Amino acid sequence: MYRYDEFDARFVRERVAQFRAQVARRLDGSLTEDEFKPLRLKNGVYLQLHAYMLRIAVPYGTLSSRQLRQLALIGEKFDRGYGHFTTRTNMQFNWPRLRDVPEILDLLADVEMHCIQTSGNCIRNVTADHFAGIAANEVEDPRPTAELVRQWSSLHPEFDYLPRKFKIAVTGDARDRAVVKAHDIGLRILRSKDGEVGYEVMVGGGLGRTPMIAKTIRDFLPKKDLLAYLEAILRVYNLEGRRDNKYKARVKILVHEIGAEEFARQVEEEFAKLDGPSIAADAQEVARIAAYFAPPAYETLPARSLAFEAAKNENRAFATWASVNLFPHRVPGYAAATISLKAIGEAPGDITSDQMRAVADLAERYSFDEMRITHAQNVVLPYVKKDDLFAVWEGLVAAGLATANAGLITDIIACPGLDFCSLATARSIPIAQALAHRFGDEKRQLDIGELNIKISGCINACGHHHVGHIGILGLEKSGQESYQITLGGDATETAAIGERLGPGLAADDVPDAIERIVNVYLARRTSGETFIEAVRRLGLEPFKTAFQEKTHAAA
Amino acid sequence: MSAPKRPPLPAILLANDLLDGEVVFWTGSAWSPLPGDALVARDDEAAAQLEQAAQAGLAAQKVVDAYLVDVAVDAAGVATPRHYREKIKTEGPTTRRDLGKQAGLYNIAPAGN
Amino acid sequence: MPLLDRTGLRDDIWVRSEDGASGAEHVIVGFAYLDAALAGNGRGRKIGVAIANDVKASALEPYLEQVELISIAFPNYGDGRGFSIAKQLRALGFKGVLRAHGPLIADQFAYALDCGFDEIDLPDSVALRQPIEQWLAMAGTISHTYQRGYGAQNILDARRAARTTV
Repeated sequence: MYRYDEFDARFVRERVAQFRAQVARRLDGSLTEDEFKPLRLKNGVYLQLHAYMLRIAVPYGTLSSRQLRQLALIGEKFDRGYGHFTTRTNMQFNWPRLRDVPEILDLLADVEMHCIQTSGNCIRNVTADHFAGIAANEVEDPRPTAELVRQWSSLHPEFDYLPRKFKIAVTGDARDRAVVKAHDIGLRILRSKDGEVGYEVMVGGGLGRTPMIAKTIRDFLPKKDLLAYLEAILRVYNLEGRRDNKYKARVKILVHEIGAEEFARQVEEEFAKLDGPSIAADAQEVARIAAYFAPPAYETLPARSLAFEAAKNENRAFATWASVNLFPHRVPGYAAATISLKAIGEAPGDITSDQMRAVADLAERYSFDEMRITHAQNVVLPYVKKDDLFAVWEGLVAAGLATANAGLITDIIACPGLDFCSLATARSIPIAQALAHRFGDEKRQLDIGELNIKISGCINACGHHHVGHIGILGLEKSGQESYQITLGGDATETAAIGERLGPGLAADDVPDAIERIVNVYLARRTSGETFIEAVRRLGLEPFKTAFQEKTHAAA
Repeated sequence: MSAPKRPPLPAILLANDLLDGEVVFWTGSAWSPLPGDALVARDDEAAAQLEQAAQAGLAAQKVVDAYLVDVAVDAAGVATPRHYREKIKTEGPTTRRDLGKQAGLYNIAPAGN
Repeated sequence: MPLLDRTGLRDDIWVRSEDGASGAEHVIVGFAYLDAALAGNGRGRKIGVAIANDVKASALEPYLEQVELISIAFPNYGDGRGFSIAKQLRALGFKGVLRAHGPLIADQFAYALDCGFDEIDLPDSVALRQPIEQWLAMAGTISHTYQRGYGAQNILDARRAARTTV
């Protein structure tokens, strides 16, 4: 993975000193709260319901054991002994004191981490496919691109006061696991007919109040043009994006209002004026970054591991976990293992400091010292020898992290909701917990198969509810929490926004309603048909009917 | 920030401590992390005093996000916010009863402790 | 209104006069009056122009040789359009003075300079809270940034230099 050189290290230290000075200037009155707030947000500090919250960047979700151990330490020393992984693959601490944040930032800098631009109206933490470098059909590892963009977007003099937040995601695989079409810019690495590697550039996706799927404005962008092209996009957005209404300020609204073609025309016009080579990172710099993402020192192994097969035969729980939580690896004899942070009844994405250390130890011993954080709020050990999987699983069992539900109905994405978030209109975690309990039976989950439930506690959609196969949005209705259910969302390369099934429900009625929807699927699926495939084939009607029986029963 | 509209009475004044983030309540003379210390305003004059205290707390760089919250007062005189959001803010996360004020955990120690 | 640049506070020799009626030697006129001010400028006055931040840089292109100063409005410090306009004007070859006019904060000084601004025309309300010392200190907190083509010191070129000297 990427390691800081002297320039990166100095940059992050200088940013820590800058923030320390900003806090001091807030306290002495130099900065008003209105002035300070965007500055603290650009450094990941929110004021939440109960306390400040600190959001730490995990660039493109890649973490080392040393880094995770440092997060464990910060969690214990400055927080309440746990952290929370978000849908942008960042880590949040919910209870830090503002006075401690500069010290926390120093501890992060010690392990080459920071909180730069994890919030605010600027370019946010860049995300990428969590199976980068592993998936068999990948054209190229997306992380060197993501790292280049991370550096380029950090404290950008021109683009740090944008109309609104700006999110970029990169995938190197046609099979999209990074939700790139729900981003302000989605980049897909592809190969042209002549074999040149470049990018498909998609713009104007986003969830929130007005969900939109990104549109392609460039079918093929040569790699060397990336930074100049990004500069052109951001300049058009910075100048033309709406600033009169916070809810219409994302680039998706601009693209929607003037049309993708006109937006593309303006970008190309600006791009044509730029002197690309004076903006681009030179080939040596690109190669320098890419070298950090070279494959680890894999052993030559047979594709089939006898030890792995034997362990599965002997231990049913392990066999189940292996059938659900493993992802095929391009290198024979290896697998990528998903560590579910969705134990039944726990808050999705939460991990204790002790668990962080356990995972860090496993990664150090069995996965070349590396982990990936997924947008689904789980952790991946990317390079595990099949021979070692049983030992890994035993370690996970001991840490309470061996839940076999990756991709299943209880692998629920949920934002923190009103239990923590000051923007939320309703709670999310209790809904996730109730659903996990309702569907927690292992046999039943396996029978239902792949099904993504995504829950947001407000219209900002941090829980990605729009692109959940089943989406749940918590709102306030007449002083009560009320939950809207959507169906048919899709977060992959066939991205789609879910449609509402009917009026909002009280929290207590949500599990029954979801069960009715699932029962329609179970009754009507054809052999091997997944939930989302059945929804596409059957249309909304049968599900709507079942759902509305529920709402009538509840009324 | 413009002053939020005054809620129905009775009401209390809460805010977050600027340096520590803790939710704090105006007691009539100071900011306390204990919800039970909150001064309950029952008429417009008392509510106006809370609003003044909010302005003073903001101006002194002592607190942020100060606003009045309408409460229900039970027979024992204990004030509880009427809205579920402010109730959670006053007590702590409903999913973690071991955290927040409800568990006796504070980022600012209550006076006298 | 205090005026400051990368060296500190300075005197403002320019007079704002929307319609150019002022008889001052250095006058900043509104964009709508620019043609008239230039046409009637028989006396060799120095002309500057003040623009709102929704004016396109291309609209100023015909005037870049004729105006000595362009003042770009920042209606509030969160509105970053002025940074892009400045960058575009420099790219178009404007060699005169670029002035940011409005309630920026000291924390943005480095960005403003890197995007091509020379000076900030600051309202008293901000200057009273953020004296010049803060502006000069904030301008230097980040010694190298990652973007090429903005300001002098960037990490990519520094890396390249380090490679070639090894």
